[in-house]
Amino acid sequence: MLGSAWLALVSGASVAVHRRDVPPAGMVLPPAPVTRIGVMGMVTETQLEAKPRGTAPWAGSAGTLVVAGRDGAALADIAASEASLRRFLMGLPGVDQVGAEARTAMLATRSIKAASKLAALELVVRMIDLTTLEGADTPGKIRSLCAKARHPDLGDAGVPPVAAVCVYPDLVGTAKAALSGSPVAVAAVATAFPSGRAALDVKLADVRQAVSAGADEIDMVIDRGAFLSGRYQLVLDEVRAVKEACGGAHLKVILETGELVTYDNVKRASWLAMLGGADFIKTSTGKVAPAATLPVALVMLEAVRDFDTATGRQVGVKVAGGIRSAKDALRYLVVVRETAGEAWLAPDRFRFGASSLLNDVLMQRTKQLTGAYVRADDFSQD
Amino acid sequence: MNWEYAPAPESRAIVDLQPSYGLFIDGEFVDPGDGSAFKTVNPATEEVLAEVAAAGPADVDRAVEAARRAQHETWGPMSGAERAKYLFRVARILQERSRELAVLESLDNGKPIRESRDIDVPLSAAYFFYYAGWADKLEYAGFGPSPQPIGVAGQIIPWNFPLLMAAWKLAPALAAGNTSVLKPAETTPLTALVLAEIFQEAGLPPGVVNVVTGAGATGAALVAHPGVAKIAFTGSTDVGKGIQRELAGTGKRLTLELGGKGANIVFEDAPLDQAIEGIVNGIYFNQGHVCCAGSRLLVQESIAELVVEKLKARLQTLRLGDPLDKNTDIGAINSPVQLEKITELAAAGVAEGAERWTSPCALPEHGFWFPPTIFTDVSPSHRIAREEIFGPVLSVLTFRTPEEAVMKANNTPYGLSAGIWTEKGSRILWMAQQLRAGVVWANTFNRFDPTSPFGGYRESGFGREGGRHGLEAYLDV
Amino acid sequence: MSDDRIGVRKTYKLAIGGAFPRSESGRTYVVRAADGGFLANAARASRKDVRDAVVAARKAQVGWAAATAYNRGQVVYRIAEMLEDRRAQFVEAVEAGEGVDARAAGALVDAAVDRLVWYAGWADKVAQVAGSSNPVAGPYFNFSLPEPTGVVGIAAPQESSLLGLVSVVAPAIVTGNATVVVASELRPLPGVTLAEVLATSDLPGGVVNLLTGSLVEVGPVLAAHRDVDALDLCGVPAELVTELEQLAAGSVKRVLRPPAAALDWRERPTPHRMLAFVETKTVWHPVGV
Repeated sequence: MLGSAWLALVSGASVAVHRRDVPPAGMVLPPAPVTRIGVMGMVTETQLEAKPRGTAPWAGSAGTLVVAGRDGAALADIAASEASLRRFLMGLPGVDQVGAEARTAMLATRSIKAASKLAALELVVRMIDLTTLEGADTPGKIRSLCAKARHPDLGDAGVPPVAAVCVYPDLVGTAKAALSGSPVAVAAVATAFPSGRAALDVKLADVRQAVSAGADEIDMVIDRGAFLSGRYQLVLDEVRAVKEACGGAHLKVILETGELVTYDNVKRASWLAMLGGADFIKTSTGKVAPAATLPVALVMLEAVRDFDTATGRQVGVKVAGGIRSAKDALRYLVVVRETAGEAWLAPDRFRFGASSLLNDVLMQRTKQLTGAYVRADDFSQD
Repeated sequence: MNWEYAPAPESRAIVDLQPSYGLFIDGEFVDPGDGSAFKTVNPATEEVLAEVAAAGPADVDRAVEAARRAQHETWGPMSGAERAKYLFRVARILQERSRELAVLESLDNGKPIRESRDIDVPLSAAYFFYYAGWADKLEYAGFGPSPQPIGVAGQIIPWNFPLLMAAWKLAPALAAGNTSVLKPAETTPLTALVLAEIFQEAGLPPGVVNVVTGAGATGAALVAHPGVAKIAFTGSTDVGKGIQRELAGTGKRLTLELGGKGANIVFEDAPLDQAIEGIVNGIYFNQGHVCCAGSRLLVQESIAELVVEKLKARLQTLRLGDPLDKNTDIGAINSPVQLEKITELAAAGVAEGAERWTSPCALPEHGFWFPPTIFTDVSPSHRIAREEIFGPVLSVLTFRTPEEAVMKANNTPYGLSAGIWTEKGSRILWMAQQLRAGVVWANTFNRFDPTSPFGGYRESGFGREGGRHGLEAYLDV
Repeated sequence: MSDDRIGVRKTYKLAIGGAFPRSESGRTYVVRAADGGFLANAARASRKDVRDAVVAARKAQVGWAAATAYNRGQVVYRIAEMLEDRRAQFVEAVEAGEGVDARAAGALVDAAVDRLVWYAGWADKVAQVAGSSNPVAGPYFNFSLPEPTGVVGIAAPQESSLLGLVSVVAPAIVTGNATVVVASELRPLPGVTLAEVLATSDLPGGVVNLLTGSLVEVGPVLAAHRDVDALDLCGVPAELVTELEQLAAGSVKRVLRPPAAALDWRERPTPHRMLAFVETKTVWHPVGV
């Protein structure tokens, strides 16, 4: 039975699901229950945040399957051979396109007002990977981006810094220097971004260069050609190899969902990336349309939720490309909240890869605080 | 991060509630002659919304007479093209007043504004648009070269989709050249009365639609009236049988849309996350006040535990509360009577040995509420597996093979709806053939469209509403 | 052949599930020709015969409905062939029972054969005429198809013993229903002979079950039977209609009322009688990748 490997994996943790029905002693249920859907291991956010960036508690030794969950053995079996891997991926429950899109369309009607809007806007800022990935990028451009990242709104010290800046590997050093002393991380796109069309050695050299220049996070691309031609083992091996090359750096695996086309593929690629050790799975390079969409995010959030159920390991999701308005960003937060749950409403579990989004969020935030509509020129462009 | 949605209530200001409403007869709002009055309340707050006339037999007689006159003198003789234009006008005004109607529907019915706004009201307009276009094309509908209307239709509608059911009934009846006396449910009369205003605004000739508000006695007077040529009823199977019995030997035409105990069948190869959504939509949509609800979940035993756990987790994200809050998923139970019925059947479920799980959500202090509830370990003989609960209560049963699923799904006197969840195409088509249900949703649930015929097998009624088929109920064929 | 040979009289039996039992009650009644002469004894069905007939019909219906429409058409056409083959026998029966001359009786039998041919051709067309693809406003494939209602109880016309009976039974079975038919009380013999023809045709046993006897006695049993899905009251006398309709309401049966005025069965039919005993099933499925 195709689905049996998957079923065994998720059912194995169902004892933990039962446990969720009864809130722990002393825990007061909020008025409308918003407890995390599905299984959450007993790892709490505070525990995660207590660790230095890049050394997440789940990080395994390089080159081995990274699992910290209850079903490590089952996961190892899945990756034991090309055949078992294929069987596992093909056994994942399918995704009905219309149903998935109907679900996010409904969630997009959620109305976020008042205090919850303000809180969400500030959370969005903290989740942004402020990004520039242009051939025309210069040290000067990177330095101004970093200044914006540290203090997104110079007129309001209450605005937190963004999560990270995201640049090409050769500019990591510049960014690192510009961000010195700030909590803002430096993320580098590597592995022959955006196409990924290079030999593995070249990709790994790309990664090592970025890491040695100080990158805290590596955004790799999967080999979509390999994935679409069914060479799943190759994709998995590459993710593992890059994970190893990352050392202590955080690994985000870009699926480039616009090239995978179907949600079934998005789901399989998500699992493949997570099996390979991804700390984050990321929608897009931003160079291919369509980039991030709500239904793609939904499918990926369902995957990380189910992976958590199966393994106890929490993988983050990054949506990137095409998210320009605060309204769009809030819709993503709604999908996060109602799919993976509140535990994913944190910068180490959810990110926005964006550039122009930040200013729209700042504008909306100011409007929310002052009541007056604002003008674009009140905020620096970068 | 703990991130709660702040209240986002839709404004009530758009609704201009009058303290009292009369009957709509012959194009005018009039006081009842021999009737009385009753109060309609907001089920979410128990606040009295308005006082509404209860039509007596003489009032019903006046309404039928007005409808008969209009059918003979204006609406019947009018060209189909002219009738069409009136119905298009009505559809447009419904769209223009959609916000007002949505708020009013949620106030009177208790359903979430998200549903009245996104489903009830836009679909109501869509039904008028659809049937408007048929009015001058009836000779192509497949019911003969010159199909004729039946006459005066007495149309009795339920409280679960007050405006939408009015549209389902009126649009095809009027398109075919009939006139109508409409009897809304006594707990939800208000949107039908605004619809009457809309008919006035559209300039619809007097008497083409008459609205007689009231309870069962008013409906009985309408059914018994000799001037009515056709009865269309949506409601409980018991009342439907009574009407069928009452009409025996009268020659009056009848269509019935009655109860159901729909099976929602989930196979182990289902698109699981969408299936969970479909289960939720199937039974918790409109608080489960849906005749075609997927109230019996038949899940393949190999994934039953997983499905139930995922379902419970999902149900905890449902937001129960103020129907006017745009983020509310589950609104109020329509009436204390219905709440009592749901409560009683749920208690029977426990007493008969099924395992009850209720979403741990806080219920508002006032109003009528029932939290989303699941019963597992349900046996096919339990009352909660056989009787229509008409509330947010799901009974979970398991099966092993497709044959067993079909056998269990069909093991009911009803036959309105069924759901199938599997990614295997040939199995979907086989199941769809085997299921004795008028509507089969495969990999979706609770979808409605004016072009799509809807109606039951067996004790779920007869006749179809929607689509070309829906015209047959109002043509003398 | 000597004129004074003693003829062999036939007792006409019921037709239930492909067999020809006597009434379980053991009762018979005398059937007379239009001129009052003795024709034969026929079985007088009881409530238990109704029960047995409904059981047989229910059992046969699923398989009959599952046959391909092409196959059902062939089977009904085969009935026409066999009727044509036994034309002389039926002409004689109609002539005696209805009191018409041989020429008129021949025309009625020919019309009955033609009627069967007409309905046979509908088997694989009715879904195309009564079904539809529905252009819903969303990403769904949506279609509606007619399906047989199930078990149909039919009161055959009282006057037209063969053509009338064929005209009400053929439209019910061609779509996949199974039937329990109560033949004309006074003129049951052509119907029973037809049932004998059906038994040697390709029609599965139980698709047409024929009862003879008193409609006043068996009609209410049939109308109240919860496993009967629909009723054709065609041959029910006015004074019995209300009672049967009331009983039918107990399980929300579909009821086709008797015609307001006497029908001339020789007139060309419409699809109306077929469509009275089908249910429209609508199926939705998402359209996506």
